[in-house]
Amino acid sequence: MKAFWALVYRDIRLSTRVGGEAMTLILFFIMVGVIVPIAIGPDSKVLSRLAPGLIWIAAFLAMILGLDRLFRADDEDGSLLLMRHSRLPFPAVVAAKMVAHWVLTALPLILATPIMALLLAMDFAAWRDSLISLLAGTPGLVAFGAMGAAVTVSLRRGGLIAPVLILPLSIPVLIFGTSAIGESAGRSSAALLFLCAVSLMAAVLAPFAAALALRLSED
Amino acid sequence: MSTDSAPKANWFSRLAHPGQFLSWTRPLVLPLAVLTAIAFGFGLYFAFFNSPEDYQMGDTVRIMYVHVPNAWLSQFTYAVMAAAALGTLVWRHPMADVAAKSAAPLGAIFTALALFTGSLWGRPTWGTFWEWDGRMTSTLILLLIYLGIIALWRAFEDQLRAGRIVAVFTLIGAINIPVVKFSVDWWNTLHQPASVFRPDGPRMPPSILTPLLVMTVAFTLLFLTLHIVRMRTEVLNRRADALSRQAAMGNKS
Repeated sequence: MKAFWALVYRDIRLSTRVGGEAMTLILFFIMVGVIVPIAIGPDSKVLSRLAPGLIWIAAFLAMILGLDRLFRADDEDGSLLLMRHSRLPFPAVVAAKMVAHWVLTALPLILATPIMALLLAMDFAAWRDSLISLLAGTPGLVAFGAMGAAVTVSLRRGGLIAPVLILPLSIPVLIFGTSAIGESAGRSSAALLFLCAVSLMAAVLAPFAAALALRLSED
Repeated sequence: MSTDSAPKANWFSRLAHPGQFLSWTRPLVLPLAVLTAIAFGFGLYFAFFNSPEDYQMGDTVRIMYVHVPNAWLSQFTYAVMAAAALGTLVWRHPMADVAAKSAAPLGAIFTALALFTGSLWGRPTWGTFWEWDGRMTSTLILLLIYLGIIALWRAFEDQLRAGRIVAVFTLIGAINIPVVKFSVDWWNTLHQPASVFRPDGPRMPPSILTPLLVMTVAFTLLFLTLHIVRMRTEVLNRRADALSRQAAMGNKS
């Protein structure tokens, strides 16, 4: 367990020290929130109706952008190979990297949602719902992203193929995530429960699938 | 103690030899093609001339005889690919790679045809080409997964490594198959629920069921024929690749 948290801290330290990657991600997330009202017109009624979908699309795009860092650097300098031979089981290594990735990409987005809510004219209840649904759904996005990143890690020009692979898989997260925001009370809690279920299942299975894919692409 | 440590050449490992595969499938291709043509002949005859019009839909009901077989094959092909993926990961079976790779474009085409015929059928009967209904959406996702798998195959230079990694992804993507299958029961929006394989028997008269089943058999035979031909082509392609690489090495020395 100590090794697990050491890995998590290592990943977080590595990407916070070199340069503000997390800040860039927030910037991108908020820029989507700025661009959309300019593109579709600043009618606050339309905006607040579209806001749940927009928040999820922005979060989704931001997560996809960060996907490449999950395993690529460690695969290229060989530290992934070392981790494979450490005493920690390899799926646990992958899980640690997923936790660190969630802290680095999803958490900043969730912290930036108040600004998003202002830009997209969401009321307090809608903002609270979107906060909860992002909290519940982003682990699932990280899990699907980890599988996509693991499958494409040995491809030198694999930049676009991981998003193409994981997009169809993450559609359930998007469906339940957006319907968990701002629906009538009864349906929204059902959607939220489904979202939690999808997220949990993906987060439990992804370390094993991603570890298998990483192992197979080494030899 | 037996000194014979060589693996037994049972049918399973004999199947693994690409050359053996080429020789035992060669006599299969022509009969399969003829059988497919005969099945299509019967099926089309039944579908066009020997089945009644629907009392509501009129002649458009005949679209079903291409729509349902294509939809069935869109899922069957994925099941074949998932089985091949297991063959790749568990037994490292060389022909499983080839089977999975040659099935992917076929599955994509069957899925696209199922969506296309369904959309043509939906326009006159439902009044819309497309609706975000549970089964249509999940079938569209299936098509996207097929296209992603094809893109993944093409992204690798080393096809042996590609085979193992695509196999992992194929198994991950297999979670969508039950979603497609049960989408009509879970969401129950526009697409009708299952009406052929039901515990209380098929819910349609034999005059419609017969052409449907014949056409399904015909399309499945078509899949088998095309799959074997594509697998043979893939084996020959890989052999040609290996030969040209050997020739290049020979020239250098």
